[in-house]
Amino acid sequence: MTMDLIMLVFVFVLATFIGIEVIKNVSRLLHTPLMSLTNAISAIAAVGSIIIAGEQITDFSTVLGTIALAASMTNIVSGFLLTNRMLKMFKKREDKKK
Amino acid sequence: MTTQTAIQLVYLASTVLFILSLKWMSHPSTARRSVVAGSLAMLFAIGGTLLYPEIVGYQWVVVGIVVGTALGVPLSRVPLTAVPQRTALSHAFGGLAAGLVGTAKYYLWLQQHQLTSFRTGAIVAEIILGFLSFTGSLMAAGKLQEIIPTRPITYRGQNMINLVLFVGAVIIGVLLVIDPEQSFFFPIIIGFSLLFGILLIIPIGGADMPTVIAILNSYAGLSAVAMGFVLENNLLIAAGALDGSSGLILALIMSKAMNRSFKNVLFGAFGKVHASAAQAELASIKSTSTEEGAQILGSAGSVIIVPGYGMAVAQAQHGVHDLYVELSKLGADVKFAIHPVAGRMPGHMNVLLAEAEIPYDRLIEMDVINPDFPQTDVALVIGANDVVNPAARHDKSSPIYGMPILDADRAKTVIVIKRSMNPGFAGIENELFYKDNTLMLFGDAKTMIGGLVRELEKENK
Repeated sequence: MTMDLIMLVFVFVLATFIGIEVIKNVSRLLHTPLMSLTNAISAIAAVGSIIIAGEQITDFSTVLGTIALAASMTNIVSGFLLTNRMLKMFKKREDKKK
Repeated sequence: MTTQTAIQLVYLASTVLFILSLKWMSHPSTARRSVVAGSLAMLFAIGGTLLYPEIVGYQWVVVGIVVGTALGVPLSRVPLTAVPQRTALSHAFGGLAAGLVGTAKYYLWLQQHQLTSFRTGAIVAEIILGFLSFTGSLMAAGKLQEIIPTRPITYRGQNMINLVLFVGAVIIGVLLVIDPEQSFFFPIIIGFSLLFGILLIIPIGGADMPTVIAILNSYAGLSAVAMGFVLENNLLIAAGALDGSSGLILALIMSKAMNRSFKNVLFGAFGKVHASAAQAELASIKSTSTEEGAQILGSAGSVIIVPGYGMAVAQAQHGVHDLYVELSKLGADVKFAIHPVAGRMPGHMNVLLAEAEIPYDRLIEMDVINPDFPQTDVALVIGANDVVNPAARHDKSSPIYGMPILDADRAKTVIVIKRSMNPGFAGIENELFYKDNTLMLFGDAKTMIGGLVRELEKENK
């Protein structure tokens, strides 16, 4: 149990450091698409929601899990589609000249 | 290979793809790959989870996926001016999901008598973060959509009440950790967190929204991390941490660009207007016409356009594109100066201009373009105000003193397109408008830009 806990903290600390380094290098042009991308990524909560909605232990937990999954799925779908839509708009000058 | 090992390997692949997805956002030329990597990562995450042996039926999973997709598609098609609201709404959904999963898990473990102190602690963190992000983000979305007044709503003892609510939720949380079966504490924590989220955002004004959205982004990520500790799931922790650090960095960039600390954004309502000293100089304003403006622009060798949110409100970005084309045809070097807080969320102005087909290599960030202003013939300010106010450099009594600004005033000539002399978002008088080298073009941004474009078209013929 304690060892498991330490492993979880381990992952958290390392992922935070990677996150900070990677995000620092994100182009300032792209901060809005970055936010909609991270909206989709934080919808990883779908993983927890699927387990709760799929275990079907009590009606109460199944209902909460299903609502949570719908909320996460909304973020996944709208997050990726919107990011893609915005990124398509970023064009260089050469692209415009025929 | 056991199912459990298979799931963990799929999760590992998913984590790597999430990191690559963020890494490829470093440049517009690789950014399209980000979406592919991110979607693939999510597909792996969901696919791996569906393998869990605990899952006995898929009917509710399908319902959740279908409902979410049905809601998600229209939300991805909002106009770009509405992206900040959509983003805030998305943080609300993220917080709600975390809060609900935490709630479900608490009552499941309570029934099965499997609540340990560690599990309870993680659940408490998850529901506090989740539910406060939920209501806080809904409030932010409401303010951005202007359903709720954007001005700061303040009252006496505000910070005290907020502090009591938050500390109260944490103390009750600690009591619950000590004795996890005291289940009557649980709804109280939920109630406190929901209320705290609302009261935290009420006093925050529209000008601070870019920072607030970034902070809420971080909270939504951290609530996913807490869920990861509850479910002892590495993928949730890793992806949540990536999101949390992203929100944190954006919030830091935003607050630095406004010269305000987090504490200041969250606990000191902005917009308490100071009486301005510039009033006496009102007579020295010079206004101009589109004809004269077009002449000055037409003979300029270098032009820097400073767009503000007013440009987007007036829907003038496509006119600005035409202006960019006409000026380029006349041989001028045209660039755009982008302040980090231009718009209503981080990077908002870049997206608005990219939509108007302005090439992204013309969009220059503040620190890079500021040294160019003194050599620039014309700075054209469209719907921007506080971000070009020189008072930020020298007037210690100004509420924006110390905020980094775009040095538009240092250009040889400054043309400001503005609806009227009303002060901007923060309600601060702008001395740029009174300077000798400044010409004011009063009117609606879209109409004025249209007028300039027509005049320049004549010259181009």
